Amino acid sequence: MTALLTLPIVLPLLGAGLSIMVGRSRAAQRVISLVVLTAVTGISIALAVVVDREGIVTVQAGGWPAPIGISLVADRLSSIMLVLASIMLLAVLVYAIGQPGAERNHVGFQSVYLILSAGVAASFLTGDLFNLFVAFEMMLTASYVLITLGARKDQVRAGMTYVVISLIASALFLSALALIYTTTGTVNLADLSERMAEVPEGLRLAFALFLLMIFGIKAGLFPLFSWLPDSYPTAPSAVTAVFAGLLTKVGVYAIIRTQTLLFPPEARPQQLILWIAGATMFVGVLGAIAQADVKRILSFHIVSQIGYMIMGLGLFTIAGLAGAIFYVIHHIVVKTTLFLTGGLIEHVGGSGRLSRVGGLVRTAPVVAVLFLVPALSLAGIPPLSGFVAKFSLVSAGTAQERWTIVAVSILVSLFTLFSMMKIWSGVFWSPADEAPDVEPHAVGRWGGPVLMIVPTAALAILSIAIAVGAAPLYDLAERAAADLLDPQGYVQAVLGR
Amino acid sequence: MTLLLAAAAAALFAIGTYLVMQRKMSRIIIGIGLLTHGANVLFVMAGRRGDPPLIGSGASRGFSDPLPQAMALTAIVISFGVTAFLLALAYRSWVMTDDDEVEDDLTDRLIARGGMADKEVADASVETEDLRHDEGLVPHGAEVDDGSGEDHPELRDLTEPIERGDVPS
Repeated sequence: MTALLTLPIVLPLLGAGLSIMVGRSRAAQRVISLVVLTAVTGISIALAVVVDREGIVTVQAGGWPAPIGISLVADRLSSIMLVLASIMLLAVLVYAIGQPGAERNHVGFQSVYLILSAGVAASFLTGDLFNLFVAFEMMLTASYVLITLGARKDQVRAGMTYVVISLIASALFLSALALIYTTTGTVNLADLSERMAEVPEGLRLAFALFLLMIFGIKAGLFPLFSWLPDSYPTAPSAVTAVFAGLLTKVGVYAIIRTQTLLFPPEARPQQLILWIAGATMFVGVLGAIAQADVKRILSFHIVSQIGYMIMGLGLFTIAGLAGAIFYVIHHIVVKTTLFLTGGLIEHVGGSGRLSRVGGLVRTAPVVAVLFLVPALSLAGIPPLSGFVAKFSLVSAGTAQERWTIVAVSILVSLFTLFSMMKIWSGVFWSPADEAPDVEPHAVGRWGGPVLMIVPTAALAILSIAIAVGAAPLYDLAERAAADLLDPQGYVQAVLGR
Repeated sequence: MTLLLAAAAAALFAIGTYLVMQRKMSRIIIGIGLLTHGANVLFVMAGRRGDPPLIGSGASRGFSDPLPQAMALTAIVISFGVTAFLLALAYRSWVMTDDDEVEDDLTDRLIARGGMADKEVADASVETEDLRHDEGLVPHGAEVDDGSGEDHPELRDLTEPIERGDVPS
């Protein structure tokens, strides 16, 4: 049991070290990454099964009891997130291996990618606020390298924006940690959850807002999102896909975790969270409509979709949180698929700008199908997974009679459909108005390079599977939401009482 | 003493915030350094004061709290590493553009100038041409950022495909 919890963090780190040692051979590096990430996927699925059957699993580092030692905790939410993250990392790794381009051949790519995966796993599994900071830094530092690996001019410019914003968020996170430690004398999440009850009301609200702001920068909430569509599109498609699928969702996870675990119901800034959720959805989708490049449209959609997850959190009911968790599950898969398809469009079309590619529905029908499934799912067309996710959120919202946010979320779905259709008509239906930037690659018998098509298709099928298996998944999300709203179980499991 | 430390942290945060809002990368990096130092000073304030927390140092009570110091140390190491990376990035940018100014996102500008969305799609190339034209009109190195793209001699970069990954030596 102990091993299940530590291995998703330790294995990728060991793999990263090994990968540097065999740096001369790209093939060996790829084998190491594939083996490690496959193992992590298996381990995290086993962990999720164990957690769902037997309850929360904890490990105290160094054998010291909880408030003193550093705890690793896996409850239902974190194990679900871990499973999704490792599946995405594995799929994108295969895609990156199959993708022609300079970056994936860089000596550092595989090891940095593994460190990123260790950081993501550590963020989900840690039960300690300071360790969350360290895990964030591990993940972010790896992402700084990945986003600038090509060292082209646009990458360096975008990378600087990204690094500076992340560093400012980290400095704020540190200040929040210092202030919370001064007030409560602990950074263990379970211990904090108990001691926060004794903190004066105003101070508690200040902490809640402070943490919301810090993780809001990482997650891309309104009005703190503008770095995201600026920096994501410049990285290679595989890297952007991982960032889009995972990094912002780690921020969302941290928001959900801290707001539900640390603060008692009366101290949560519920109204504010709902307003932010509405604004994030709306502004994000408007931004997407204005763009004319596949990856930039998709990047703005990340922002817009984050709003839905935060809306589920803002309801603070079991139905709302279950909707949010289901939405995260659906979104991670669908968004990663869309970005991988974006890479395929650039591969077979020679450009990502809507005016420079066209007619791909005839020349690359496989890519068209791979785009259409997640795109319709993102917009929430039944019977795809996005419909189930949005339906559960909307029904949770109507149960609470939060009509404004429900209306906004439905309106934004419509706009989402519009901008997805804009990509569809620009890239797949209408002819290209201009010449592509580079000579398009041959489409080939499989509709593209096999190693790029297979993981994309696998994820698209997974998103359909989420829709088919929506009932058991939603039940799981509901159990996870019930755990979140009753932090006693978490506290007792960690503190051993 | 607490008041003094609080004032120090506040001053560091104030100066850091001011510097971070500049457009020159070198100032931003110094500003970020000051911001993290401000956070570290807050950590120094956090713990209980007392004797050094060493086993066998005599007293069994009244130790100072070592945890915030350990956390501050971790934070210092992390920010040191990331600042080094940022400096390397700034150097790279300076090598490529001869300037350490952080540039605007070009596509953002194009869209801001393009007005309506579908017009922008149709006129994307024309807009790029416009910007190229503007470039000749505005003297190089003008301090004010008037959105005319004078710092973008290589506007084609915008439309370069992502996968090429060519690294200028």
